[in-house]
Amino acid sequence: MYSEELKVVSDSLKSVSTEQSEGGAGWIMHHILDSNTIDFEPFFTIHLPQIHLFGMDLSITKHIVFMWIAFALLILIFNTVAKSYKKSFLPKGLSNFMEVLVVFVKDEIAKPTIGKGYEKFLPYLLTMFFFILFCNFLGLLPYGATATSNISVTATLAVISFIVIQVGGMMQNGPFGYFKGLIPGGVPGWLIPIMFIVEILGLFTKPFALAIRLFANMTAGHIVIMALLGLIFILQTVFVAPVSVAFALFIYLLEILVSLIQAYIFTMLSALFIGMAVHQDH
Amino acid sequence: MDFAYLAAGIGAGLTIIGGALGIGKLAASAMEASGRQPEASGDIRTSMIIAAALIEGISLFALVICILLALK
Repeated sequence: MYSEELKVVSDSLKSVSTEQSEGGAGWIMHHILDSNTIDFEPFFTIHLPQIHLFGMDLSITKHIVFMWIAFALLILIFNTVAKSYKKSFLPKGLSNFMEVLVVFVKDEIAKPTIGKGYEKFLPYLLTMFFFILFCNFLGLLPYGATATSNISVTATLAVISFIVIQVGGMMQNGPFGYFKGLIPGGVPGWLIPIMFIVEILGLFTKPFALAIRLFANMTAGHIVIMALLGLIFILQTVFVAPVSVAFALFIYLLEILVSLIQAYIFTMLSALFIGMAVHQDH
Repeated sequence: MDFAYLAAGIGAGLTIIGGALGIGKLAASAMEASGRQPEASGDIRTSMIIAAALIEGISLFALVICILLALK
């Protein structure tokens, strides 16, 4: 359902990366966008396989590899944490740290927003939170790429949230009752068709906003860092380097904060929409 | 005559005015509320960060459009 918009965004971004000028927009875009190679700049470049199947481009790209790395890290860390609970109920070390985050998602995000019956949605919310967090953090490492700075990835996460919201709401209220419950009570009769259209549109715009918010936050942060460091090359002088690096360091620390906040906001808004769909009478 | 870059620049500037005004007002009332009741400052800080992220989300919608303009 987002295919035209995705094509517009990704085509215009790709058209810049194909003309790689020295310094300027080409270099910045090369580091932000998806590509078929993983560059470890002065050392070597890994060329990833290009797979074309049934007329679709299913090649493995940089962002896909980093999503797989995030996925492998998640499985590794959480299997270790879960197994350590078999030995004792008192966590230590890594389990302790993960327990803080898990309890945070349960008590601050899931319970207040969804209310009764929050346990059914808790695995989904926890997975979403940790996946976005790990993807965001992997982009901050040297030679790393942020998978969530790709509109396709965030749009997919938003579509999955949309499906969970609708299915959750329909399982609780029944399919017809769910649509009836979209319109708040006490609305005059002539207003009902307009309210219905507005509410249905609202059902679609809310996940769309989730996708764009995460994508734009991650991309904008990286563009600012690259632009500040690229100033050194554009001005072609080494004396601007201390200023540039200092500002870039500050923005880098801000990026760490923004990654945490954006993972929290995505999860919290998903939980809020699930709560609104499941308990429609607030 | 190609005005795309100019449009993108002016658009980004206008967006930032709106976003900064909104977040500034938000931060001002959060500080005031914290001053009146220091025990609630933890809750106020959490709500402030959530609201700031939402306002920033809106300003980033406009930024995405500016990026699209500058890159076409």
